Amino acid sequence: MSSPEQWTHPEPDAAPAATAAKPTAEQVIAGLRATDEGGADLVQLLTPEGERVQHPDFDIDITAEELRGLYRDMVLIRRVDREANALQRKGQLGIWVPLLGQEAAQIGAGRAMRPDDMAFPSYREHGIAWTKGVHPTELLGIFRGTDQGTWDPVERKFHPYTIVIGNQVLNAAGYAMGQKFDGKVGDDDGEATMCFFGDGATSQGDVHEGFVWAAVYDAPLVFFCQNNQWAISEPTERQSRLPLYQRARGYGFPGIRVDGNDVLATLAVTRWALEECRHGNGPILIEAFTYRMDAHTTSDDPTRYRLSDELELWKLKDPIERVKVYLVKQQWADQAFFAEIEAEADTLAEELREFCVNMPDPPAERIFSNVYAEGNPNLEAQRDEFLSYVSGFAGGEH
Amino acid sequence: MAAPTMDRASSSAASPVQTLTISKALNMGLRAAMEANPKVLMMGEDIGKLGGVFRITDGLQKDFGEQRVLDTPLAESGIIGTAVGLAIRGYRPVCEIQFDGFIFPGFDQIVSQVAKLHYRTQGKIKLPMVIRVPFGGGIGAVEHHSESPESYFAHTAGLKVVSCSNPTDAYWMIQQAIDCDDPVLFFEPKRRYYEKAEVDTTVAPGPLFASRTLRTGTDATLVAYGPMVRTSLDAAAAAAEDGTSLEVIDLRTLSPLDLEPVFESVRRTGRLVVVSEAPSEASIASEIAARVQQECFYSLQAPVLRVTGFDTPYPPSKLEEEFLPDLDRVLHAVDRSLAW
Repeated sequence: MSSPEQWTHPEPDAAPAATAAKPTAEQVIAGLRATDEGGADLVQLLTPEGERVQHPDFDIDITAEELRGLYRDMVLIRRVDREANALQRKGQLGIWVPLLGQEAAQIGAGRAMRPDDMAFPSYREHGIAWTKGVHPTELLGIFRGTDQGTWDPVERKFHPYTIVIGNQVLNAAGYAMGQKFDGKVGDDDGEATMCFFGDGATSQGDVHEGFVWAAVYDAPLVFFCQNNQWAISEPTERQSRLPLYQRARGYGFPGIRVDGNDVLATLAVTRWALEECRHGNGPILIEAFTYRMDAHTTSDDPTRYRLSDELELWKLKDPIERVKVYLVKQQWADQAFFAEIEAEADTLAEELREFCVNMPDPPAERIFSNVYAEGNPNLEAQRDEFLSYVSGFAGGEH
Repeated sequence: MAAPTMDRASSSAASPVQTLTISKALNMGLRAAMEANPKVLMMGEDIGKLGGVFRITDGLQKDFGEQRVLDTPLAESGIIGTAVGLAIRGYRPVCEIQFDGFIFPGFDQIVSQVAKLHYRTQGKIKLPMVIRVPFGGGIGAVEHHSESPESYFAHTAGLKVVSCSNPTDAYWMIQQAIDCDDPVLFFEPKRRYYEKAEVDTTVAPGPLFASRTLRTGTDATLVAYGPMVRTSLDAAAAAAEDGTSLEVIDLRTLSPLDLEPVFESVRRTGRLVVVSEAPSEASIASEIAARVQQECFYSLQAPVLRVTGFDTPYPPSKLEEEFLPDLDRVLHAVDRSLAW
């Protein structure tokens, strides 16, 4: 793998070099458009057609079993996503945030992490949750309104979903600084942190500050930006003139664009980035170039702002289909395997459904619980007054 | 910083009772907290080599190193947001916001993450962090250097908010705040930084989240915090010369408010004047007025009066003497209350 030094000075593939004449400003800008796919800069190891291709800096040795595992992860998490979306449509969830189309980006990144690596998600990271051992049923309460995330973030190494765009990037930078201060960075056993955010978040001050902090403290932090092309209704070109991965250069660390619909490339690049970080060469920015195949949330209507042509184009780049083609071509999986995964997905969806519809509403005391670690007598008085008021209705019709 | 005092410096450098300024007491309190717990970190702008623009962290980086006293990049959201991550990792960060008016870039992190992570995770994440804020006016400064933003934070569930008014509290309260498992906003009365008093460094005078009666009286009650405690004590001394007996209570804790001593006092005096530099609308003073009328309705001989900054932005410094409550305005309010 290449050293980070090489990556701090990438050659911008900006101007049309073929012409001897100096490019116009418009040509320069056009060549750097944030939505350009990056040409040679895009790391891809498995094409949408299921062809294994080589990249000069990144490769991966993948066994049949590993690839079947990645396929299984993606199929299961897609099914979870579709089931949760349906549960929202049936009124069982208040809202859902679909990950459809981003399975490879999340499974590739998630499976690159070691158990000791910490992850700071945004709110669409159901695939990362899956790789961190947070069961999909544990996500439901957030969207059903029964809780705000119930897993233990410290023990599971998976921070709570963060809804304020970009906040978690600074929290992740601080955590990664702590890993360094703890002496956990610098060798093969080192720890690292991953932080997940989207193309829209790259406009937030907290993300820029996170870049600055992680850089000046040499924090072992992989910034993983899923550029799914749309921040609700705003295209990436509303966030940046420059391809997002190229921003890293300005902060003094490597930035790499990977095909986010290619689970192999994402896994390879993220593994490399985490290795660099755990050895003390962080931070690193990865831009996973992908596409949000569904709405921003179940409350959104993408037909108002984007063309179905675009969706059709990206359907051809499906992250799961290309792996299936490759597995078949390599004779690494047969029909029985695919049927088995489908059956497992059905079972998981049913489990999710059953769990969801049976989730009890929290008791009224929950409003007041754990606001403070060491309590607050005034709040306790307010709670007691309210609970006494509520208990006055017990058994009566009002 | 502290000039050697005639009587004590010669007798014993380690004397348990020392005459200290608020700034030196804070510095010694921070040092004691860092010595007691290796997880305590200082973070802020210019707090290392420079020792902070008010020198509150003077000498700490030299003695504890750059990894425990961090001169951070110049961005307040970054200071607070990375402190959150460090706290999750097991550290106890103490953030310095250089001036009151610069806390707002960090407001989002404070309100959205610092205040809520314990609640969202139902106690699985604790954020034992302190945000130190030199606050208030009276120093002839330019804009954004003289504000009193404490009400924003007292209004936010999940945060605790305190303010010290004297060297003993400065020394002890900062250590108690660092020991607290909740996030604490710690407001330091910057124009009182150089006031001196004797500090006993062997025993804390009481718990952190408790108000304290500093002067007993019978005719009316003054409640203040931070820089206005000195003003209120001076007003009570002046009133005493005219034969009016004022009780003075230092709130010390703004969230949670500890108002039992205030209720008890008002039930005796029947009159309350709340003194604060912050604008009055939707403020700490408003909250005290509301609670006192609820708890002491039949004891009140006059409406609760507030002597505060005005409901304006902080004015140009040539006008701050008029803007800030002073002894005369406090006594004028006392007179109005007594004459009701």
